Amino acid sequence: MINVILFASIRETLGTQDLQVSVPQPLSVAALVQHLGQTQSVQWCEELGRDNVLVAINQAMVSFDHVVQCDDEVAFFPPVTGG
Amino acid sequence: MTTIIRVQAQVFDPGAEIHQLGVVSRQVGAVTSFIGLVRDINEQAGVSGLYLEHYPGMTEKQIALIIHEAAQRWQVLAATVIHRIGALVPADPIVFVGVASQHRGDAFHACEYIIDFLKTRATFWKKEQTQTGDRWLTTRDSDVDTAAQWTSGSR
Repeated sequence: MINVILFASIRETLGTQDLQVSVPQPLSVAALVQHLGQTQSVQWCEELGRDNVLVAINQAMVSFDHVVQCDDEVAFFPPVTGG
Repeated sequence: MTTIIRVQAQVFDPGAEIHQLGVVSRQVGAVTSFIGLVRDINEQAGVSGLYLEHYPGMTEKQIALIIHEAAQRWQVLAATVIHRIGALVPADPIVFVGVASQHRGDAFHACEYIIDFLKTRATFWKKEQTQTGDRWLTTRDSDVDTAAQWTSGSR
């Protein structure tokens, strides 16, 4: 299982904090977004596919072509605004 | 190097943190600090409050990485970063960055580097409460540009 977690505006827009996703084999982050668009709603694909959305796997920043493995924690979030 | 990273709801005591940085080693000759406060005017006027959320675990890792980078560029004997989360109001202290070094140049530069990258890489998100409703803040281009100056070689 892949553990997908969402933060800030993305969490609020999609109304979901975290989600367990089962996929048949390892896939890229971009393919995971497509998968979520099909299994959840098309809104997931739109929201997570925005240009400024950031992704972290196991709490380290990665690009959307990074491959997600089983048991990975995949976080999607908007640009940060702390400090 | 002594590193303290705390993400907390409660207020911090800058005096106590600065004191602590000064006593980590007898080599310390300079302590610099930065304190960020909540502004009452941001992208829109009339901010009545702020709510801050973060990504527990990743936030601390990102801050540790930024401190590590600063310590590779300058001599850093100790660094402390404290960032508040939860509900805050204008004028509340929101972030503390402190650096101890042998000399002031290293302490000033490392402190500025850490706050500049904390703003663009540490996983915090601010939501403002205004008279016209709540809204998530967006990243300021000027913050991105400021951080980029450190890596482009112009600083």
